Amino acid sequence: MTGMELFWTWVAAFLTLSIYSFLYKDNPFYKFAEHLVVGVSVGYIFTINWHQGLHPYLFNPLAASWEHPYNLLRVIPLILGLLFLLRISRKYNWLSRFTIALVMGIGCGTAIPPTIETRIIQQTKASMINIIDQPSLWAGFCAVTILVGTISTLIYFFFSKEHKGILGGTARLGIVFLMVGFGASFGYTVMARISLLIGRLNFLINDWVIGTWNFIAG
Amino acid sequence: MMRRQVPLLICFVAGIVMLSQNFIPPLTWVYQQALEWARIISAIALFIGLISLVRVHTMKLKRKAANYRYSYVTLFALCYMIIAGFLTKYGLFVKLHAGCDTGSAWEWIVTALEKALNFQEIFLNVQIPIQATMFSLLAFYIASAAFRAFKARTFEATLLLIAAMIVMLGRVPLGQMIPGVKEITVWILDVPNTAAKRGIMIGVGLGMASTSLKIMLGIERTYLGMKD
Repeated sequence: MTGMELFWTWVAAFLTLSIYSFLYKDNPFYKFAEHLVVGVSVGYIFTINWHQGLHPYLFNPLAASWEHPYNLLRVIPLILGLLFLLRISRKYNWLSRFTIALVMGIGCGTAIPPTIETRIIQQTKASMINIIDQPSLWAGFCAVTILVGTISTLIYFFFSKEHKGILGGTARLGIVFLMVGFGASFGYTVMARISLLIGRLNFLINDWVIGTWNFIAG
Repeated sequence: MMRRQVPLLICFVAGIVMLSQNFIPPLTWVYQQALEWARIISAIALFIGLISLVRVHTMKLKRKAANYRYSYVTLFALCYMIIAGFLTKYGLFVKLHAGCDTGSAWEWIVTALEKALNFQEIFLNVQIPIQATMFSLLAFYIASAAFRAFKARTFEATLLLIAAMIVMLGRVPLGQMIPGVKEITVWILDVPNTAAKRGIMIGVGLGMASTSLKIMLGIERTYLGMKD
């Protein structure tokens, strides 16, 4: 580990401990780290956006528009983008509606076919598999359970009719499936957070404490 | 007319063209162009966030609002990161190094500046550790939230608790040593969890498709700040 690497390790360790100090209560160290990360992350995104968004898609093509006059078309999104900036003006903020409308139109039109294909058709097809073709009785039982679970979950979200009788019973079964699903997601989320905690503790013990010790010991 | 009808017309035409390009191959060119346009617009739109952040913090400083001193930290970090990013990405240090004599004081200054304004190092040693720690902090809060959720002694809460416990046990080596836990975890994830997620996904898909159509047809217009 070089001196510079040790310096950055200490910076990262100080910031890590500052954030953990919030477990005790809100304090100046936490506030410092919180405000620091806001500035750093916005600055980072802005710079990356400038170099990976504006440069390759706007500045470079416009600079080459003498050879490729067709690139001049990119002036249109530039103007639309500038109109969007008028959102902060009280008098002219209505002009930003043109840009928002175009982006929304592009987004909606592009989203419909893949949404129907992947979220509806593919999911429905995957639920309706041939039960007789299954390799074992257990696999067939699982396939039926998935089908029943999917239908009952969908029925739970059907609010056009009061949940009574068969509809009520099926909706109740849907809740059972939803709760098991939420429980599984919750368990996964907890484990993901714990693994991040282990990662941070690993950094503090191995990189910071042991790393500093090794640097001093030579 | 200009303020209300024209934006709705733009949205409709853009939506129809984008929808049609899935079925009319020559229109794929328009799709590619639209993606690049959207990228340019979103890149410019990011300036709004930047302006808003600077505005909020300068106002806090002007008014000497509560904890206003921390706004200096945010503004300093923002300027520092932008300057560091531009100097690094435009290769200024490389140019400066090329013009330096080896071992000169000027080279020493340039090297020190380069190290202090290292864009990637700041990202890796400031932003990444803070964000990872903030997310790991949730491990403590999620535990207390779970305790409160599981205190509600209903059938649904019990189901959630049992499923969560089994999945958590099945994901750690110690839990996997208990006979049957691994198999039950896999079954929960593959069968009831898949069924619930699939039901939600189909519902979300139907909702997305219908909302998109409503936006394109001008039925849903709240995104433009119009109520009717």
